[in-house]
Amino acid sequence: MPLFDIHLTVNNIPTKVAVRPQATLLDVLRDALGLMGTHEGCRVGECGSCTVLLDGKAVNACLVLAPDADGRTITTVEGLEQDGTLNALQQSFVKHGALQCGYCTSGMLMTATAFLGEQNNAVAEMQVREALAGNLCRCTGYTKIVKAILAAGNE
Amino acid sequence: MNDTLIGARAPKLDAPAKVSGRAVYGHDLVRPRMLYGKIVRSSFASARIVSIDTSRAEKLPGVRAIITGADAPARSFGYGDDNQILKAERVRRVGDEIAAVAAADPFVAHEAAQLVRVEYEPLPAVFDTDDALCLNAPLLHPQHGSNLFRHQQYQHGDPDAAFAEADVVVQDEFELGYVANMPMEPCFCLAEYDAGGDLNLYSTTQVPYLLQRDLAEALDIPAGRVRIIQTVIGGSFGRGLDMYPFEPIAALLAHKTGRPVRIAFDRREEFLAAPVRQPMRVKMRSAAKRDGTLWARDAHAVLNIGAYASWGAQTTLVMAQTVGSLYRVPHARFIADLVYTNSPVTGAMRGFGNPQSTFFVETQMDRLAEALGMDPLEFRLRNANRPNEITLQGLEITSCGMSECLQAVGAMTDRAADDASPPPSVSLRRGVGFAATMNVGGGARIYRSDGCGATVKVDDFGRVTLITGASEIGQGSDIVLAQIVAETLGVPLETVRVINGDTALGLWDVGVHASRTTFIAGNAARLAALDARAQILETAAEQLRVATGALDIRGGTIFVTDDPAQRVALDKVVRARHFRQQGTAVIGRGWYDPPSQMADANMRGNLSAAYSFGAHAVEVEVDVETGHVRVVHIDAAHDVGRAINPMLIEGQVEGGIHMGIGYALTEQLLVENGRVLNDSLREYGVPTALDMPSIDIQLVETNDPQGPFGAKGVGELGVTPVAAAIANAIYTAVGVRITSLPITPEKVLCAIQAK
Ligand code: FES
Ligand code: FES
Repeated sequence: MPLFDIHLTVNNIPTKVAVRPQATLLDVLRDALGLMGTHEGCRVGECGSCTVLLDGKAVNACLVLAPDADGRTITTVEGLEQDGTLNALQQSFVKHGALQCGYCTSGMLMTATAFLGEQNNAVAEMQVREALAGNLCRCTGYTKIVKAILAAGNE
Repeated sequence: MNDTLIGARAPKLDAPAKVSGRAVYGHDLVRPRMLYGKIVRSSFASARIVSIDTSRAEKLPGVRAIITGADAPARSFGYGDDNQILKAERVRRVGDEIAAVAAADPFVAHEAAQLVRVEYEPLPAVFDTDDALCLNAPLLHPQHGSNLFRHQQYQHGDPDAAFAEADVVVQDEFELGYVANMPMEPCFCLAEYDAGGDLNLYSTTQVPYLLQRDLAEALDIPAGRVRIIQTVIGGSFGRGLDMYPFEPIAALLAHKTGRPVRIAFDRREEFLAAPVRQPMRVKMRSAAKRDGTLWARDAHAVLNIGAYASWGAQTTLVMAQTVGSLYRVPHARFIADLVYTNSPVTGAMRGFGNPQSTFFVETQMDRLAEALGMDPLEFRLRNANRPNEITLQGLEITSCGMSECLQAVGAMTDRAADDASPPPSVSLRRGVGFAATMNVGGGARIYRSDGCGATVKVDDFGRVTLITGASEIGQGSDIVLAQIVAETLGVPLETVRVINGDTALGLWDVGVHASRTTFIAGNAARLAALDARAQILETAAEQLRVATGALDIRGGTIFVTDDPAQRVALDKVVRARHFRQQGTAVIGRGWYDPPSQMADANMRGNLSAAYSFGAHAVEVEVDVETGHVRVVHIDAAHDVGRAINPMLIEGQVEGGIHMGIGYALTEQLLVENGRVLNDSLREYGVPTALDMPSIDIQLVETNDPQGPFGAKGVGELGVTPVAAAIANAIYTAVGVRITSLPITPEKVLCAIQAK
């Protein structure tokens, strides 16, 4: 199968990857770069488990064709830590019990990162819930996820 | 003993790994030389396999092996001993396993699977339980003699006489649809033979020790040569209670190729092949005396179990418990028929029968209260289960906070009503509904042992390791067990690590189900920690030249209780015990099997060593123009014995409420002629963050005499009363009783219009 090269900056590191034309950004991150923190729950844009930041915006990596990511900047859950320690949002998830099985967690964190990055004022619960509407969680009922994001956003 | 760690809102031990993307789930697992397995599945619900042609698939570059029924052991397996690893002659449902491919690349495996040509001769099929029970119905398993897999009956008192003498009787037919566990991570396994010829299976199972045995039996190899290793599991909720064909298939492919083989479902395959909850029809009546005494219940349930039986067949035991023992009921009968059809395979799902039975029992509790002209809470309180009472079914209730739970949600709801704002639109009506629940809270003996083993080792550096048979599947048993061990030993929480999920390391455990881990594995861990503690005190007593009884341990330091200045650090004690003539290690051993009974043929018996209780008050908003129901708020009170980690308990309740709302209102597998039509998460209807109400939780602590530090199980308690409470709230809001799940806007609208 013919492969071609794309250039990405992933978690601040410039990278060149050879991809199959029909590969998605999710395949590139997981299979080519070994960034397994981004999870696959459906492959059709319905669960949000694969959410990453593409040029700062939250996207479902399973819906982005790898060639379309060429030349762009990507942040995955592995890029959230600062100097080897969990960032404030990650710590808030831990502290508030915002995860159980954790499979949705990376996607929740990335969606929340994009959402909080866009806010200038205090965030309200309803805004957080709306922001999370594309991310499914089967374990937590979302209650503690919402709480953790509110706490991180309003501290 | 100081109790500082019991009741701590400590985060899960695996939380840092999960928020940083470091946790390695099954789907993330790669092994050197690994191959990708893909299963060829039936597209017919009932057919004879005429031929299987693998020749084109074999020629595809990258294909390493293709297997069919001829390559698999001929023997059958499964709870009903009715399933085959690969079907050679006949398929009984859409998705049945016919062949499997192993290839170097997942895309090649996928393509090869599509190139396998299967010629079918369609056979008559049955999808409906009534049709399946007809005299001339085609039989799914002719050797069984009928499509009736099992008929069960439970009874106490004299229900027929009781109905005749009762003052009020209500009667309904209930219909409960298909729902699925739908964890976010689909099924996974990876089979690998090690150099010694032992089979290692990495798996998303919930029952590693049962799977070890089941897998060996299915493959016809000694169970001692099988090791099950649980991966980090992205949710399960009962899915992992049985072995499914994909697991022995991976092993057969690994054996044939001599290489590790992984089989990872995608969401589509999860919809096609992962088990679902049994749909069922129930005819039920309940009766009461004019003075408000609950008098009798009689329910007949017909369950569609699909093409093969699973542990899910045991859900009827739980339903019998709800019918026979939720509230004090002098006369009760429960009949269950479990019927094979050419439909999706059903299994176990959180609540294990209880969300279903609580829905029909609690709907009728409401109807009885209404018929009596009594307040629904007052009627429930009057008939509530009480502490230290043996139910007529033989359940030995010890700690019981059912009344407290009902009173708590009553008070919480009154408070909420005081500051309730008026609905924002004229077509909206609000109403509050109640339901209570009782669930096993001290294990559930559905297997010969309900035990769990634990080992606590303390190393030369004072690091404590609990090796447990228990399974961590997201619920947080790791931290709860660590809290129990740290508290018992008297060491800081951060010095305790938990190793689990490996049959080669852990002692046996029946698995994670029935809300049993805190209670059973917690007791085992506590016993192991007590044993280790005794060893530590023995050596410390020699060092400090006092009697062991004079010593205590806190914060990892052993000291003389009356003279705390006389002290020695834990690591020093361990080293003193280790590095000496005939030295030894600190190894604490614990085994706990609860004092409970298996149910007898009449579904009687004290299945659990403790029972947990709860009550929910749900406020809904119904749009009378569209039939749409929104859950506005839920007050939940739960008798958890003692809250070892309130944050995690809340998490279980909140997650349970999510599943309960899905069951009540939005989730539904549309199955037509045995085929799932809506195989997508959105169309299936998993509730989103916007569908969830505000939730207030109150924990009622009753200190169970058998529980570790008084704790009882809570894993299923949150989900069980939700659908009933929502249905009752809808009645309060708009005066219609919906007796079929899910309660869709169409059903509500039709009922309102028919009123
Ligand atoms: S895997 Fe991308 S949205 Fe589900
Ligand atoms: S924590 Fe399990 S899916 Fe969200």
